Amino acid sequence: MSEWINTLHPAWQALIRVLLVVLPILMLVPGMIWWERRLLSWMQDRIGPNRVATITWSKTSRLVPGFLRGKKTHFFGLIQPIADGVKLFLKEDITPAAVDRVVYFIAPAVALFPAFALGGTLPWGPFPALTPIADVNIGVLYVLAVSSLGVYGVVLGGYASDNKYSLMGGLRSSAQLISYELAMGMSLAGVVMATGSLKITEMVKAQEAPLWGAVPTLQNWFIFTPFGFISAVVFLVCMVAETNRAPFDLPEAENELIAGYHTEYSSMKFAVFFMGEYAAMFVFSGVFAAVFLGGYNLLPIRWDETATAVPAMAGLFKFLGQMNGALAGFWFLGKCALGITAYIWLRATLPRLRYDQLMSLGWRSLLPLAVSNLIVVALWIVCTEVYGASAAWIAVVAAGIALSVAAGVAHRIAQRGRPNLEVRGVRLVGGNPAQDEAVVGGPAA
Amino acid sequence: MEGVAQSPNLLVFAAFAGVAALAAIGVVAFPSALRSALCLVINFFVLAFLYFSLGAELLGITQIVVYTGAIMVLFLFVIMLLKLQAPALLHERQDFKIPLGLAFGAALFALIGAQVLGPLQGVFQMRADPGYGAPEPVGRALFSLYLWPFELASVLLLIGIVGSILLAKRKL
Repeated sequence: MSEWINTLHPAWQALIRVLLVVLPILMLVPGMIWWERRLLSWMQDRIGPNRVATITWSKTSRLVPGFLRGKKTHFFGLIQPIADGVKLFLKEDITPAAVDRVVYFIAPAVALFPAFALGGTLPWGPFPALTPIADVNIGVLYVLAVSSLGVYGVVLGGYASDNKYSLMGGLRSSAQLISYELAMGMSLAGVVMATGSLKITEMVKAQEAPLWGAVPTLQNWFIFTPFGFISAVVFLVCMVAETNRAPFDLPEAENELIAGYHTEYSSMKFAVFFMGEYAAMFVFSGVFAAVFLGGYNLLPIRWDETATAVPAMAGLFKFLGQMNGALAGFWFLGKCALGITAYIWLRATLPRLRYDQLMSLGWRSLLPLAVSNLIVVALWIVCTEVYGASAAWIAVVAAGIALSVAAGVAHRIAQRGRPNLEVRGVRLVGGNPAQDEAVVGGPAA
Repeated sequence: MEGVAQSPNLLVFAAFAGVAALAAIGVVAFPSALRSALCLVINFFVLAFLYFSLGAELLGITQIVVYTGAIMVLFLFVIMLLKLQAPALLHERQDFKIPLGLAFGAALFALIGAQVLGPLQGVFQMRADPGYGAPEPVGRALFSLYLWPFELASVLLLIGIVGSILLAKRKL
């Protein structure tokens, strides 16, 4: 279908590949903003922006058909992002007097760059001629490397603003990003070992294998496997932290730091920061989809095998299989939308973490979890190759028990003699009242 | 030159190398610590691009992960925390540091250049062979031929981590 592209000059091929990633992201950012505002307001029992793009038809004009006269047509406020954009464009672009002008100017651009560059090795369909931009043999490492560059925009913006709140935001952000990068790398390492390749295209192919090597009609999406599920949870938390989104939005915590690193930015410079954040959300959702959710496959069903298993409906399944391949880009987009919805849901549900909670979650929970997951995956691979599958099961279960016992003991030791600050955390409605009573006194009691 | 001149790679190389050289000059030329650090970031980043364009993806990505993504972030962190400003320049009457530095720099350049440029005479291959320096052979080499140095390096890193925690904690 798309093989004619291979006849073009390599530079044109590269341009097409790049545009096919960058343009959808650019065009979907307004849609994401609309979706976030609407979904968030529904979740918070508000109405949200629903007025822009409402057409009020004339009561008298003859040009309007009779059944429309005097009526209103609503489009759910779909044009609201354009109104937002115009507002941001027309705002006065203030540059404070004390800023470091060069750095202040380039910081938003630096923040935008990694968000777009992140999609470089991400396949959105089974079309080797079109995607990914570069199918290099370091795909996952590339994602990690580029996401680690995200800290620069924030740090530079915070520093150049010459504002102590901005500086605090930048410092918090760099600490946060460095902490969560490790757990993210470790969680991906487990999946890389299971796949045996760093290429994201190979990872998607590995997920098209039979489920658990046993069910030939279903696909082995990594989120359905035990190790993949743990990796997915760790990766999900880390990706929310890497994009500075709630509940990890400490760098821009508005009740502590005004707006954090972009306090001094107005007009389009602020909009560029904003766009970078949304583009990063989009691409990270794409990475999550590609690595854990079977990439561009709509459903975890192996259509060809299903067709042979159910000969009566073979034609239908073959057709669905072809659609699964041909419309792969839309399925991938749908999974990205799912990821963004998860982001918004998290924002609506969870309150912001305190700084020590953030560090404790990253270093004491996620990193050990990801590392033990990695060890268990390694054990599984070694035992399967040397002693066979049944021995591998026993070894992995034993290792899981041993690791959780070790984690419990380590936690007990770490908590000994330390005031119990953790309990002061958030408790949702319906907690244990007796325990609540005990907590009120706090560490002083 | 005929093998190289036809290749658009030369243009790419010239652009990247020019930026890298300019950034390297900027590192020493800027009085402000932050600007110098940023120039170093650009330099490392463009070097990684050069590795990419030569087909050495793993090396390039390691360059970004280790230097651009980790070490330089810490540099910036420290510069931000200390709020390092451009130092007030003290002009000395007879500053022999500059000519001495230039002489040593030229000597070092000549030494390295003599070692590097000689073997490169008449080399026209712009890219490494496909698969050269790929993660798989690198990993295989690390865990077979270079297992002991690798393990020793990891022990060294572990000691470094423990030591930094010891230094950072006020009381254990």
